[in-house]
Amino acid sequence: MLIRDIQALLGAALLCGESRLDDEVTSGFGADLMSDVLAFTDSDTLLLTGLCNLQTIRTADMLDISHIVFVRGKCPDDAMLQLARERGICVLATHYTMFKSCGLLFSAGLRGGGRDE
Amino acid sequence: MSDCLTLRFTVPADDFTRAGEASSSTKATLKQLGLPADIIRRVAIVMYEGEINMVIHANGGEITVEICPDQIVMVLKDTGPGIPDIQQAMQAGWSTASGAARDLGFGAGMGLPNMKKCADSLDIESTVGVGTTVTAVVRL
Repeated sequence: MLIRDIQALLGAALLCGESRLDDEVTSGFGADLMSDVLAFTDSDTLLLTGLCNLQTIRTADMLDISHIVFVRGKCPDDAMLQLARERGICVLATHYTMFKSCGLLFSAGLRGGGRDE
Repeated sequence: MSDCLTLRFTVPADDFTRAGEASSSTKATLKQLGLPADIIRRVAIVMYEGEINMVIHANGGEITVEICPDQIVMVLKDTGPGIPDIQQAMQAGWSTASGAARDLGFGAGMGLPNMKKCADSLDIESTVGVGTTVTAVVRL
């Protein structure tokens, strides 16, 4: 699924990473706990999270996650967006809840990216 | 002359905004060296989890990364409170993290188990009241 389609489905604002709007992701992972993101996600997964601090961007960077959606109207600050830009990470923000965001994307064909075995 | 490249970092105490800088810098170096992506990812996860642990539990510390032709060795040394029961600390879900750490999305008790999973070997030496040294190896 293209990032620009994800942006449209979630009515999301693009906060940085415009050049990545035509990137394609095939899976998503939703969590507010970065410990779980570190333990359970694969690379190239879309990260949906309501945790909004610098460690969210650092965690994504460590895992080569290049696309983040902040849910529930969370708004990253300038320091977060600056780090995201430096690391080439695309950041979107939606007012939808985590459940609704994941549900919309799953219904549209995006699959779970975490290791749940 | 050694064939290994050594990186040294000081992890500042209680500075959550800087937690992860050493891991990020190491990851950039490994990328520059052209190492395989899965190796870089495993090293990054092990080191980041360890670095976060140092900030959360141990008032920071020192990290040495030795990049050799056959392996990458990370030594994370702190002078924090030590781990009374290492076996218990290795259990997924066991945590003594503060509320501040949990607010940042950590402290779920997944750090050490995840480090063990991503490293080829993980050794923990700890003395209560003296500190902890974690040695993690990722083989190339």
